[in-house]
Amino acid sequence: MSVQDRTDTAATSRPERPARRRRKLGRFVLPTYSWLVIAYLVFPIALMIIYSFNRVVGGLQQVSFSWNGFTTQWYRQWSNVPGLTSSFWLSIRLALVSTLIATVLGTLLAIALVRYRSNKFRGKVAVEQVLFLNIAAPEIVMGASLLGLFVTFNVARGFLTLVLAHVMFSIAYVTVTVRARLSGFDRSLEEAAYDLGANPLTTFRLVTLPLIMPGVLAGALMAFALSIDDFVTSNFVSGTAPPFPVWVYGATRVGIPPQVFVFGTFIFMVGIAFAVMSIVLSRKKS
Amino acid sequence: MDESVLTDHPRRVTPRRRGGWGKRLAPYLLSLPAGLWLVLLFIVPLAVMLVQSLETCSPATGLCTMTWSWGELPHQVNLYHQQFITSLLFAAAATVIDLVIAFPIAYWIAFYGGHRKNFFLIMLLVPFFVSFVIRTIVWEFILSNNGIVLTFLTRNHLVPSGFHVLGTSYAVVAGLAYNYLPFTALPLYVAIERIDRRVLDAAHDLYANRTSAFRRVILPLAMPGIFAAFLLTFIPAFGDYLNQEILGGVSNTMIGTVIQNSFLVNFDYAGGASLSVVLLAVSLLGIWLYARLLGTSTINEYL
Repeated sequence: MSVQDRTDTAATSRPERPARRRRKLGRFVLPTYSWLVIAYLVFPIALMIIYSFNRVVGGLQQVSFSWNGFTTQWYRQWSNVPGLTSSFWLSIRLALVSTLIATVLGTLLAIALVRYRSNKFRGKVAVEQVLFLNIAAPEIVMGASLLGLFVTFNVARGFLTLVLAHVMFSIAYVTVTVRARLSGFDRSLEEAAYDLGANPLTTFRLVTLPLIMPGVLAGALMAFALSIDDFVTSNFVSGTAPPFPVWVYGATRVGIPPQVFVFGTFIFMVGIAFAVMSIVLSRKKS
Repeated sequence: MDESVLTDHPRRVTPRRRGGWGKRLAPYLLSLPAGLWLVLLFIVPLAVMLVQSLETCSPATGLCTMTWSWGELPHQVNLYHQQFITSLLFAAAATVIDLVIAFPIAYWIAFYGGHRKNFFLIMLLVPFFVSFVIRTIVWEFILSNNGIVLTFLTRNHLVPSGFHVLGTSYAVVAGLAYNYLPFTALPLYVAIERIDRRVLDAAHDLYANRTSAFRRVILPLAMPGIFAAFLLTFIPAFGDYLNQEILGGVSNTMIGTVIQNSFLVNFDYAGGASLSVVLLAVSLLGIWLYARLLGTSTINEYL
């Protein structure tokens, strides 16, 4: 408190010009600039949403960026492109399955990393380095090396290989996210549960899990987002049935059906809804 | 920060010993499933890739045989060194642009964001809610010859009529810079947010002007964030090929395209694996430098 007081008195006696200039920078220049950057970030997305309502002229049902008039046709006919629809459902199934697995495995690993110091957990440093490497390594190398593995061991590419790959690149993110929330965990609550006669499993179910749940959910959301948006790895390890981003990539060569923007808008809206929900929840708690 | 310090403290309540073996095995049992998954599907594939780079593939039959020759590595590097250089330059350009664009906004959100910090952070993350592929396609439309930007510019005679962006290196760098901007902004924000405002006040009290306060206080304290931003932007941009394939032309191929084509089009697994090994080696150098400067645990704090 005394330090705070001292700096406050010092602050009042500081020369005025730099202070005023700083305030001006904060009040006008920086906000304007920041809003411009945000506009730049949002601009392509706004364009995608607007052009999902664009009429198509001519025989081919492809997106074009000349405005031909407003229509909700593509929303009514959202499932008219069979390959696109099935790739979307494949992506959803894939994201759900890989999120479930990656969240469980990543959470267990995070618990091990937070609970045990390296004298009790030999290899902890190695595990941390592998996680770091997994996050930092270029995705194309991971995708290409997975393809090499599957080809070498004659694993047919399909849903299974996609799940294997997606869990692989999600685990590290889940672990890191869960671990960040876990580090403030009060172990004495668990001790209390043991003192009251709960066995380890009951303690985990009734005490540990509810406490770490926000972190686990954040990790799961992260894994889901990573999976549903993954292109690079999926492009290597998917078979004849591609997930959504890979299908869209393939379509860039022959023309993109307008429904792609409908799905894009839908995924965007769901993502924003989740983000807003997490903000509201965190605000309620604090 | 405070929380991690707390966990490192000796426990206030000494836990009772429950079960000898179970207790001792617990960390290994907890980390076994994830560890196994990562070893089998992350480490082993990298090893397989290294072995594959020593094979020789016949372009006619697509069959690869083990020849234990290291020749493929220099051979491929020789063939595609230009693409490596292009990738390095594009990734470096995009990273520098992103750092310059992101620093002021990260600074503003951290210092002036107030209660709307979360809102602004979500705004920074907004691109992530749209598929990477779709984002890039939209950029293709934006930059195309009859797209919004160029139509406006040519109509107002701001650029000559034959002017085009799509297919050039500028388009690729623009796409990379857009797609990875959030990866730069977030670590910067985390680092700047941690700077104690009083340190800055102290600098001003000691008659530092804005420039020197920035240079000697903010910049050094934001350095970890800059490194994290570099890692999270440069490495993925270096291996990126989608932006180049959609926005670039034939003259500015990046190494990612070559690797993808080796594996998926030409079925030259030895060649593709060799290039991947080189790409990984170059990336590892950057990662290693990062780890030496900041330690591997810092990545947790910047995600």
